[in-house]
Amino acid sequence: MSQSFNRGTVEDFGRWREFSAGMWAWIFHKFTGWVLVGYLFTHIAVLSTSLGGDELYTSTLQGLEALLVVRFLEVGLLAVAVFHILNGVRLLMVDLGVGLEAQDKSFYASMVLTGAITVASIPTFLGGPLA
Amino acid sequence: MSTQIEQQETEEQEQETEVESPGDRRRAQKREREAKRQAQRETEEATLDDEETVLLKVFRYDPEVEGKQEPRFDDFRVPFHKGMTVLDALIYARDTYDSSLTFRHSCRQAVCGSDALFINGRQRLGCKTQMADLESPVRIEPLPHQEVIKDLVVDMEHFYDQMHAVEPYFDADELPEDGLEEQRQSRENREKVKMSTRCIWCGACMSSCNIAAGDNKYLGPAAINKAYRFAMDEREGENRKHERLRIIEQEHGVWRCQTQFSCTEVCPKDIPLTEHIQELKREAVKNNLKFW
Ligand code: HEM
Ligand code: SF4
Ligand code: FES
Repeated sequence: MSQSFNRGTVEDFGRWREFSAGMWAWIFHKFTGWVLVGYLFTHIAVLSTSLGGDELYTSTLQGLEALLVVRFLEVGLLAVAVFHILNGVRLLMVDLGVGLEAQDKSFYASMVLTGAITVASIPTFLGGPLA
Repeated sequence: MSTQIEQQETEEQEQETEVESPGDRRRAQKREREAKRQAQRETEEATLDDEETVLLKVFRYDPEVEGKQEPRFDDFRVPFHKGMTVLDALIYARDTYDSSLTFRHSCRQAVCGSDALFINGRQRLGCKTQMADLESPVRIEPLPHQEVIKDLVVDMEHFYDQMHAVEPYFDADELPEDGLEEQRQSRENREKVKMSTRCIWCGACMSSCNIAAGDNKYLGPAAINKAYRFAMDEREGENRKHERLRIIEQEHGVWRCQTQFSCTEVCPKDIPLTEHIQELKREAVKNNLKFW
């Protein structure tokens, strides 16, 4: 029913609160999936510098790791990947019809686990000296 | 109602005097009624002060009346009583304050499916929702993603079209020889389709679905659930089941479902809609993939 009636300002106010677990899971899964595709391209671009020789590759990676933004982006990438994998497993279960009553709980569990793993990864990503 | 009887009496009395023109008489009666209604409203509002009340914020819109074309919210304060449903409150507001307040209702017991509304940010049946369970003020809006006709009334035609698209009637491959014999269903099979038979065509599920909102052609949870009800009925036979699966596995059929579970959460008859859609997806795959 795409021709939804325009109810003016009363329409949009507070709409996001109507979202339930399954809807958030869907939005986040789409978002993380496409971020991962985006990363795939940058990943290939960075790796292909090795075609220009050992030195170029090493200096590119060192140069990137020296940037604080890159360190933060890595944390973000991990968070995105972990959520996508955990929720991906959740979706596979949903497709198989396993544990449908617990679909909201398994989404919250994915979120909490993603948070925990992300926090635990911070020392690794941000810890090393910015050469 | 007592007021009607009173009005009749005044009419009769005035007809006897016969000094005014009929128009004068009608206008006088109208003024009188208006004054009476005003007085009634005032006394009721005054007495409400010592009573427990609830506040309704009701979506209003009427494209046919100038001045009501811009959507707005009207406040209605109604006396609360134990066991009061949202529908009770709306009926009170309409009967007491504003007879132009428009909404559908009929059975008042979650059977007819007329009064699915958007209450405090969620699709619910007015007659099945207790006022006591809601945070005040109670916001009442027409179902989202459907064309609003007036106030709380939405256009259900498209929803009905989708329901009819799945051919929602029992249609067995083979009928009993004399055509009259009962067509018995096993207890197990009855259990299997039991929940899916409970749909009351209220449209709450369709309204809650993000996918249906973005894809007008998507069959939607209720129609797919209908298809499930018959596809899983063993009495119909294999041929009919294949035909039914062909309908629901079309481009705008089951595969549009992204398992957001919003339909399952809002269904007032507790039908496990997502579960049924997922099962039909698996049936559709089995129907098409034959390696053996
Ligand atoms: C173990 C790893 C992964 C698992 C378990 C997984 C799982 C899934 C599942 C189940 C879906 C479909 C969701 C649905 O039913 O609609 C999906 C969608 C998707 N995945 Fe993954 N995935 C993984 C890794 C990746 C990676 C590495 C990428 C990127 C290169 C990726 C990109 C996507 C995209 C773009 C979508 C579609 C999102 C959309 O609906 O628009 N996934 N994933
Ligand atoms: S499936 Fe449930 S929510 Fe959808 S129309 Fe039927 S009763 Fe209403
Ligand atoms: S009035 Fe019939 S379902 Fe609510």
